[in-house]
Amino acid sequence: MAIVFQKPSTLTDAPMHYCPGCTHGIVHRLVAQALEELGVEGKAVGVASVGCSVMCYDYFTCDMVQAPHGRAQAVATGLKRARPDNVIFTYQGDGDLAAIGTAETVHAATRGENITVIFINNAIYGMTGGQMAPTSLPGQITQTTPYGRDTNTAGYPVRVCEMLSTLSGVAFAQRVTVDNVKNVNIARKAIKKAFQNQIEGKGYSIVEVLSTCPTNWGLSPVEALKWLEDNMIPYYPLGVYKDVEEGVKK
Amino acid sequence: MAKIIVDEKVCKGCGMCVHACPLKIIALDKSRLNAKGYHPAKLMEPEKCVGCASCATMCPDTAITVER
Repeated sequence: MAIVFQKPSTLTDAPMHYCPGCTHGIVHRLVAQALEELGVEGKAVGVASVGCSVMCYDYFTCDMVQAPHGRAQAVATGLKRARPDNVIFTYQGDGDLAAIGTAETVHAATRGENITVIFINNAIYGMTGGQMAPTSLPGQITQTTPYGRDTNTAGYPVRVCEMLSTLSGVAFAQRVTVDNVKNVNIARKAIKKAFQNQIEGKGYSIVEVLSTCPTNWGLSPVEALKWLEDNMIPYYPLGVYKDVEEGVKK
Repeated sequence: MAKIIVDEKVCKGCGMCVHACPLKIIALDKSRLNAKGYHPAKLMEPEKCVGCASCATMCPDTAITVER
């Protein structure tokens, strides 16, 4: 018998600190597989954000930097400009990329920085205990919206891929999810393409991954996958929002 | 002939592999606990495994190795 699936060499043996069933682990593996397949482990530098993924530097075997809250893409910009031959990626959650880091995100995108952005959208603040995030759905119950997100006072969730796809500097924007095997395989291809774009010098590439937060949603891991499918996908449609090769689809 | 090897040290008993298995032959082993205090995933009917790697694809902790 031959091994057909094993842990990629670009992930360390450190056990991940994420809650049981958290999809961060799947996305970590997809990023690691992309680095392994493209053979860029040795020149990759990841930028960790603030949030549950703050300690992801323990899990990737490539070099990592930990940026202040929201500033990952500003740090990545500096890294890429100082060392253009390295492959630079950020790994950010919604509380980081779409809240405190919105300015850094929009401006890195509009400058067309040649970096890869992995954006985890789980519609809640995970590490701090489940408060409403900019991406929380209308009516969603969180610690700070016990009666559900009221759009009269809290407004509407940010659709990051749609927003960034209007900017000329963006080369690639795709929204994927990891709720089943088929979607994980689509996400794997999207993440690999986002890295490939950077290697080919195409410019800013973002992959938004709809993820679960079973602990703060108050659901079991499998129930959380179903909740994602029923509630998040209708508000955040999956698909390619911008691809410089193929033109804007939606 | 195929099999999966579960690294029980890192398994958190989340059950995503149980849910993902198309043949429904994986279960959490309720008779045992790992060092973290979780019931680890176990292949209950090894002879039926086809090595599709659905379980490994959905495992957040990359605890599953698949041989075929």
